[in-house]
Amino acid sequence: MSTTENTTKAALPAMTHTVGMPRHQKIIFVVLLAVLIALPFMVYPVFAMKVLCFALFACAFNLLLGFGGLLSFGHAAYFGMASYVCAHAAKVWGLTPELAILTGTATAAVLGLVIGSLAIRRQGIYFAMVTLAFAQMVYFFALQAEFTGGEDGIQSVPRNDLFGLLPMKDDLTFYFFVLAITYGGILFIYRITHSPFGQVLKSIRENEPRAVSLGYHVNRYKLMVFVLSATFAGLAGATKSQVFHLASLTDVHWTMSGEVVLMTLLGGMGTVLGPIVGAAIVVTMQNYLAYLGAWVTVIQGCIFVIGVLLFREGIIGVLSRILKKPL
Amino acid sequence: MIKRTALMTVAATALAAAPALATDVKLGVLNDQSGVYADLSGEGSVVAARMAVEDFDAESKGINVEIISADHQNKPDIASNIARQWYDQDGVDVILDVPTSSTALAVADVTAEFDKIFINSGAATSDLTRGNCQPTTIHWTYDTASLANGTGKAVTDAGGDTWFFLTADYAFGHALERDTTAVVEANGGEVLGSVAHPFPGTDFSSFLLQAQASGAKVIGLANAGADTVNSIKQAAEFGIVQAGQKLAGLLLFINNVHSLGAETAQGLQMTTAFYWDMNDETREFSERFQAEIGAPPSMVQAGVYAGTLHYLKAVEAVGSNDSSAIVAKMKEMETDDPLFGKGYIRKDGRVIHDMYLMEVKSPDESTGEWDLLKQVSTISGEDAFLPMEEGGCEFALAD
Repeated sequence: MSTTENTTKAALPAMTHTVGMPRHQKIIFVVLLAVLIALPFMVYPVFAMKVLCFALFACAFNLLLGFGGLLSFGHAAYFGMASYVCAHAAKVWGLTPELAILTGTATAAVLGLVIGSLAIRRQGIYFAMVTLAFAQMVYFFALQAEFTGGEDGIQSVPRNDLFGLLPMKDDLTFYFFVLAITYGGILFIYRITHSPFGQVLKSIRENEPRAVSLGYHVNRYKLMVFVLSATFAGLAGATKSQVFHLASLTDVHWTMSGEVVLMTLLGGMGTVLGPIVGAAIVVTMQNYLAYLGAWVTVIQGCIFVIGVLLFREGIIGVLSRILKKPL
Repeated sequence: MIKRTALMTVAATALAAAPALATDVKLGVLNDQSGVYADLSGEGSVVAARMAVEDFDAESKGINVEIISADHQNKPDIASNIARQWYDQDGVDVILDVPTSSTALAVADVTAEFDKIFINSGAATSDLTRGNCQPTTIHWTYDTASLANGTGKAVTDAGGDTWFFLTADYAFGHALERDTTAVVEANGGEVLGSVAHPFPGTDFSSFLLQAQASGAKVIGLANAGADTVNSIKQAAEFGIVQAGQKLAGLLLFINNVHSLGAETAQGLQMTTAFYWDMNDETREFSERFQAEIGAPPSMVQAGVYAGTLHYLKAVEAVGSNDSSAIVAKMKEMETDDPLFGKGYIRKDGRVIHDMYLMEVKSPDESTGEWDLLKQVSTISGEDAFLPMEEGGCEFALAD
């Protein structure tokens, strides 16, 4: 989060020329796809889908923090609100999964536009606090509003036929739909960060006054990346509500905003793979440590302490430094 | 890594003697083991389930029972994922406990999808046997409607005929207030007013002063958890109970009262489905339980024990682990166990048993750390729980 950390890390990816993908990254994306295709045959498909949703959520967050240099403490608002709207659309309006997810995502985009346009007027800790404050408002809205079902959440959300044609009841079938969304989302985020727009973002992150002096409308870029990040967070949240057939207060609570920060930092902020790895680790801990009962939080805490002490730049960040290649 | 409590392994000789009789069942206790509900459910519920298996003497009856447990961290997605995995891959036959409404509703759906059995003890939402009822759900211990009914009726009958509500400002709080208001008015009482406090709240002083100024005989606390505990603490600071008004907690557990202490909570009235110090049988059970956990069982843990016992009886009667046959048997047989006494399970899955209106003892009356409650009255199951006809459970009303 500190600026010194940013500069050292940014020096790596920013210097590479951005026409096309470097060869090793092409390989990474192919291997990633292969792993994700094999995943549901190795672990439980619903769990695999959860990993995908959180991977996309963390990548969306990383777009804002790692590339835009903006630390938001309120990303649960977009994630959670999109999941509520998607669940409502599928259950009450009977929309097909792709339309329900799009409705949820659009809601997150609008929410991102409103909150973002106000939040980007402040910087640093004030920015973080403004996003947190808005996220709390969204939380209280979700708690009080009639359609969210308060504490009970929206339950028994149906998974209708995709495009009104393909049955999606089977978890393994739905996994590949979720995979398409997540993988597409991650590629899109990669494209954004390696576009001229992404380069301008990096320059703003490194030195905002200089970017202004070069004639960039800094606030427009910031707003744009904020809205994009909120949109992808919404896409992840909406997809999650279809995976689990439910939307609940957990997804809109501030702890969820904290979890996504942890995922990104643990995996490696500003890297392509980092958030995916971070999300996989956190979600795996939550699920597979559940059998340890009361010890789950203690072990989680220890792992985070170790992570912070040994991998200051995140797991992928450290790997990237050792291999001297942006990952 | 997986904590397995393999309880009963029928010896090879017994297997050889009667191979046809052995039935394997696997119980999964899914609850909060590290968060705010860990004391009232948590590890204690796992112990309660194990005690039920031992007391039933499942081994000698040819039933092999294995118990596994997990912490759902109060997150519905984690609960739903674990439930799915348990049913699909680990061969779990029945899931027990599951506190908090959102996780319970999620598990109820997954259970119906896999056609297994869900015996809930920890969750409050009456939706489990109403709008979101499932043929595979059995709701054992309590629900919001029974607490509202129980406290509302019993307190009004006992002379507390004017009420003022302190309500947590969200769906749950308003539902509790609405249900209780209906009961109070039906029993000839009057509601003088109510005030909504933010959720979660920390400062209740202005709301408590309004309640005090209303002059109502009873202040109903339509909130839960930390909000209830904090409002009771602050009410004690204002001396509200000493000044003659009664506090009625609508959702409160023995563990909450214990953490408040008799000094602070004295005079508070609450409804509970179980109290450890009711008769010889509950005392005997609680003594064994306390030896393991260090505290007497909460009503949620007692419900896990009773639910497991009734389930095992049904397994014995059916002679297999066929879920639909077992659920049918459970609903057909009367429930009878040392903790809840006699009762029955309605078609919609609601277990009907007596509830009790309790009052927190004063420090002078209390003789021990856990000697906290005295019984004011018994509320019969028919009075406490909402009639099935008003519940709106479609499959139960259809036949």
